[in-house]
Amino acid sequence: MPTLEKPLTQHLRTDGTPLDLDAYEQAGGYQGLRKALQMSPAEVTETVKRAGLRGRGGAGFPTGVKWSLVPMGAGAPHPKYLVANADEMEPGAFKDRRLLEGNPHQLIEGMIIAAYAIEADVAYIFLRWAYRQAQEALSRAIAEATERGYLGREILGSGHGLKMILHVSAGRYICGEETALLNALEGKRANPRAKPPYPQTVGLWGKPTVVNNVETLCNIPHILKNGADWFKGLSRTKDGGTKLYGASGKVKRPGLWELPMGTPAREILEEHAGGMRDGLRFRAAIPGGASTEFITDAQLDVPMDFDALRTVGSRLGTGTMIILDDQTCPVGLLWNLEQFFAQESCGWCTPCWSGLSWVEQVLGAMERGEGEEKDLEILREQTKFMAPGNTFCALAPGAMEPLASGLNYFCDDFKRHIDEKRCPWRMNGDTLR
Amino acid sequence: MLSPEEKKEIEAEFTHYPTKQAVCIDAMKVVQKHRGWVSDEALRDVAALLDMAPDELDGIATFYNRIYRRPVGRHVILLCDSVSCWIMGYERIRGALMERLGIRLGQTTADHRFTFLPNVCLGACDRAPVMMVNEDLHLDLKTEKIEKILEEYS
Ligand SMILES: Cc1cc2nc3c(=O)[nH]c(=O)nc-3n(C[C@H](O)[C@H](O)[C@H](O)COP(=O)(O)O)c2cc1C
Ligand code: SF4
Ligand code: FES
Repeated sequence: MPTLEKPLTQHLRTDGTPLDLDAYEQAGGYQGLRKALQMSPAEVTETVKRAGLRGRGGAGFPTGVKWSLVPMGAGAPHPKYLVANADEMEPGAFKDRRLLEGNPHQLIEGMIIAAYAIEADVAYIFLRWAYRQAQEALSRAIAEATERGYLGREILGSGHGLKMILHVSAGRYICGEETALLNALEGKRANPRAKPPYPQTVGLWGKPTVVNNVETLCNIPHILKNGADWFKGLSRTKDGGTKLYGASGKVKRPGLWELPMGTPAREILEEHAGGMRDGLRFRAAIPGGASTEFITDAQLDVPMDFDALRTVGSRLGTGTMIILDDQTCPVGLLWNLEQFFAQESCGWCTPCWSGLSWVEQVLGAMERGEGEEKDLEILREQTKFMAPGNTFCALAPGAMEPLASGLNYFCDDFKRHIDEKRCPWRMNGDTLR
Repeated sequence: MLSPEEKKEIEAEFTHYPTKQAVCIDAMKVVQKHRGWVSDEALRDVAALLDMAPDELDGIATFYNRIYRRPVGRHVILLCDSVSCWIMGYERIRGALMERLGIRLGQTTADHRFTFLPNVCLGACDRAPVMMVNEDLHLDLKTEKIEKILEEYS
């Protein structure tokens, strides 16, 4: 049984004010960096590999493996780049925000270590526009870290330097996709790039670049400080560490909790979120932000980790659950999700930009009571047209995950909309616009 | 013409990126900070400073949600219309705001006091429904709270 340590969040203050450098150091901060600097870059990467850390940005790619794809040594192209992905625009996801606002030095330390491991010269934090508090906290923390010699030409006299820059985005969901993010940083429209080549070899301005999620990077100082075995021991499954899990919707206590990786959804829902509000029943959950498949009561005992959720046809994604109750219309919810995806499609490829707006309109018509029998077939077809591999990036397949599973689970609710020519949940004269 | 201050702030960004073009989003945000929005004229001036074609810069400006190419009111209200806020009563809050402001989403009040815009998830889903007015986040919105919140902005 794992211990109940919470390395990522243990020092977050309840009033939300960020830890300054002194407070962070007192809490053991920058010890991981000091240790890393005693090791070779390859040893740092090896430690992260052994720890079993998988990326927390959604796809779950092993972090150490990603780093080891970067060309190293005297022959490697420079400058090399590290980017912290702090875009977090996925609806229903709100985990990185807490780390950015509450403990900016934890991210900065993780980034310095990651940059050391891949011999990067410049690091960018790609921050979403709406996170004003995080912007302030990060600017101050970068200045503090520079002043104390953790950043700059010579990090703690190691002979290794790092320049860190905060880039505040102008807002568009696709910017979170790692190759689109690179275009955004270069001052272009954020259309995704073709892969391969992967950013690890050809990234920002054609140079090797690693993009990692904020939560991923925040784990790094603790892995270096406490070791790979300690990190593995935090987890209930083979993927190491803890995970930030969240729940929003009509539960008694919506919130965010750091728990052992692999904590079952039911435990999160009932113990941490306090169960459903009085008078409401649990219907389904989207486990990891807007682009994951629904799970129902039958799957609630599945551990929330990368592999286990796969076995029940869903995905961990961001680990922040959106809870659907029995008095909220599933068709309306899906319409809301698909409106988001249709609006945020970057327009680069046809199946996505025309498919998503079609899906959105069909769902809207159903919700208004104008749905027809053939609409269900159209929606099912679209989930196939936008399946993985049929579009240029993962936005459209992601948009289809809740829809495809929703068409399965809520078949009767769709049918009622069509047969009754109205939304059964909007009977009291609720307006749509 | 860009003001000397705007120019200085934009040029300070040059050290952060290896190309001038990479500064373009920051540059438009500098202009927007000073003027509220990015006019055609300002866009041309920024493009000239960055050695870009105005059309190219416009293509980038219109891609991003938070670059305003039309004037906005003194206070911008961004109401989250994403999934958790929708579950928690977004439509009621939207209705209350439309009624109170006398405008629809996308519009500006006649006195230029408020511009009312939809916005995707603001990353505070556990405190839904949520809106931002200028820099301030307002959490756990209830229709009864709207009047009092708007009073803070004259
Ligand atoms: C449409 C789209 C949006 C994404 N948004 C984010 C995001 O906001 N933050 C994030 O870390 N990853 C996001 N990702 C995943 C990234 O592409 C990338 O996998 C991740 O940043 C890698 O970091 P990790 O290996 O540490 O998980 C998004 C992917 C897609 C397809
Ligand atoms: S799938 Fe959608 S978001 Fe991705 S490249 Fe194609 S149009 Fe753009
Ligand atoms: S859905 Fe509204 S803040 Fe996330």
